[in-house]
Amino acid sequence: MGGPPVGERGPGGRGAELALDAPMVGSLPGSPMRVAAFGGIYSNHRALKAAIADARRRGAEAILCLGDLGAFGPSPDRTIHLLRDEGIPVVRGNYDDSIARGLDDCQCGYTDPRDNHYARISYEYTLANTSPESRRWMAHFPREIRFHLGPLRVLAFHGSPRRMNEFLWETTTPTHFLRGMAEALEADVLLGTHTGIHWSRDLGDGYWYVNAGALGRPANDGRREVWYAMLSADSRGPGSGTNGSGPGGSVGLQVEFVPVRYEVELLADEMRDEGLPHEFIETIRSGWWTTCLEVLPGKERARGRW
Amino acid sequence: MARVELAVIDDAPAVALQGLDELWFQVAGTVCNLRCRHCFISCAPDNHSHWFMTRKQVREALDESVSLGVKEYYFTGGEPFMNREMEEILADALELGPATVLTNATLLLPRRARRLAALAANSPYTLELRVSLDGITREMNDAIRGDGAFHRCVEGIRNLVAEGFLPIITCMRSWPEHDTPHYLQGFRELLAEVGYHRPRIKILPPLLMGEEAGRTRGYEETERVTARMMEGFDASQLLCSRARLVTATGVQACPILLEAPSARVGETLSEAARTPVRLKESACFTCYLSGAICSNTGSGVGGEL
Repeated sequence: MGGPPVGERGPGGRGAELALDAPMVGSLPGSPMRVAAFGGIYSNHRALKAAIADARRRGAEAILCLGDLGAFGPSPDRTIHLLRDEGIPVVRGNYDDSIARGLDDCQCGYTDPRDNHYARISYEYTLANTSPESRRWMAHFPREIRFHLGPLRVLAFHGSPRRMNEFLWETTTPTHFLRGMAEALEADVLLGTHTGIHWSRDLGDGYWYVNAGALGRPANDGRREVWYAMLSADSRGPGSGTNGSGPGGSVGLQVEFVPVRYEVELLADEMRDEGLPHEFIETIRSGWWTTCLEVLPGKERARGRW
Repeated sequence: MARVELAVIDDAPAVALQGLDELWFQVAGTVCNLRCRHCFISCAPDNHSHWFMTRKQVREALDESVSLGVKEYYFTGGEPFMNREMEEILADALELGPATVLTNATLLLPRRARRLAALAANSPYTLELRVSLDGITREMNDAIRGDGAFHRCVEGIRNLVAEGFLPIITCMRSWPEHDTPHYLQGFRELLAEVGYHRPRIKILPPLLMGEEAGRTRGYEETERVTARMMEGFDASQLLCSRARLVTATGVQACPILLEAPSARVGETLSEAARTPVRLKESACFTCYLSGAICSNTGSGVGGEL
């Protein structure tokens, strides 16, 4: 299977470019059997703190952040300090890339004037309130992290392996597209985020895609909880695990999406104190996205309210 | 000045395919039930220069698309629903990936809208209907798209919305750019009247070719993409860096350049995927300036401010 190209990583590709001092690939030590992954923190430090505690309680041997630390929420340094203090490795998201390099926008590619209006408010607030020290730290986030989950080769990235800001939605991403990419990149598990809505798919023959979703805002489902993914190497054999496993393998992947409750009202108060738009507060309180809607495919958007 | 630009035209830059993300099908050829005055390929009921694709032809390209890693399928014409096999073709495509149909919606009667909703519900992938509507009033739209088109299109949108679709309404901008907010508001009000309360709207720049060249103006000699313009330019903004158009008789670089001999890139999809596109056509200039306006996301102006 030829698959989509995977080599467009430098200038000239549609994706975000790296700051010069960033390594391409990071790693996790050892071969943990159980790893928690989350992305899209969007400065929701309260959900982040709750998720870290929850993941540890559930026996995560390692915790991985898939990027996009800022946006929507208050006081971005709180999120950054929490991740630094916990020593959690972070994959570079497009937002982090923009903030670290002081770019003009978040590189989400909105063209809708309303989406752009709110994206600009969010980005300018985050850029102005992220300390130089935090920005220097973010400049070291690698583009991808490779690690072993038990025997499974995992490739973690932000949007897609080929473009940091590529949206991989459940209803617009063909299985053959993902499978070709996984094979070409020699990864059993492709692990990303960027869309803000979690999903996973068995790509057949032991290959998987997992979108860890976002901790920063709810999944446009009318619920207040936010989500992370717990990945476990499942050695009980074929057919076990939440989504089964490849027909030929003796080790499968178990994916569990975990809802996280946190102090929504306290975060809303902080957002209000920081003068952030009412629309952002409405999203975390109602569970329905109010902005950044343009990029949603028809099916995902139809499930939401706006 | 003109001489300098002409000299550069001979050196039209070439763009290689970076990845076949979008596979387009000229599924209705140039056959359309309308005769729009701005159509860039002059589609009409009696324009048979490109004929319908058969389900078998589409199926063959779909099969080939799997190994090429295609991400999205787009269906255009002419009017795709003039093709009698269109619903079967969509069912085939939706087994493999997301599908988008560019339609004038005039043939989307309630029963067909219901069948399309069933097709969408049976697929893990999204089915997007992109509806062309070129005015916020009957007078404005029908002056471009012909008598009766407005009413039938709006009814088609009503039928789609009733079945749970959120169609993407596309409109070619026929007004000065600074008036766009006024027209966006007009579209929102119009669409709300048929029950569409959170419309997805794309305002597209005009392509100064085909019928539109006569209606307004054609491209100037200097409106070309030159080698110098490509220096430092992100070529992935151009549709031909990530798409190909399959027709009943071969493969073209993009859906805009259906008729351009310079944009024919092969007999087969795999040949076309290997062949770079020379940016010789004036329409490439619009794509260069506006980004790939043909894709569902990116470029165009949305509808909610």
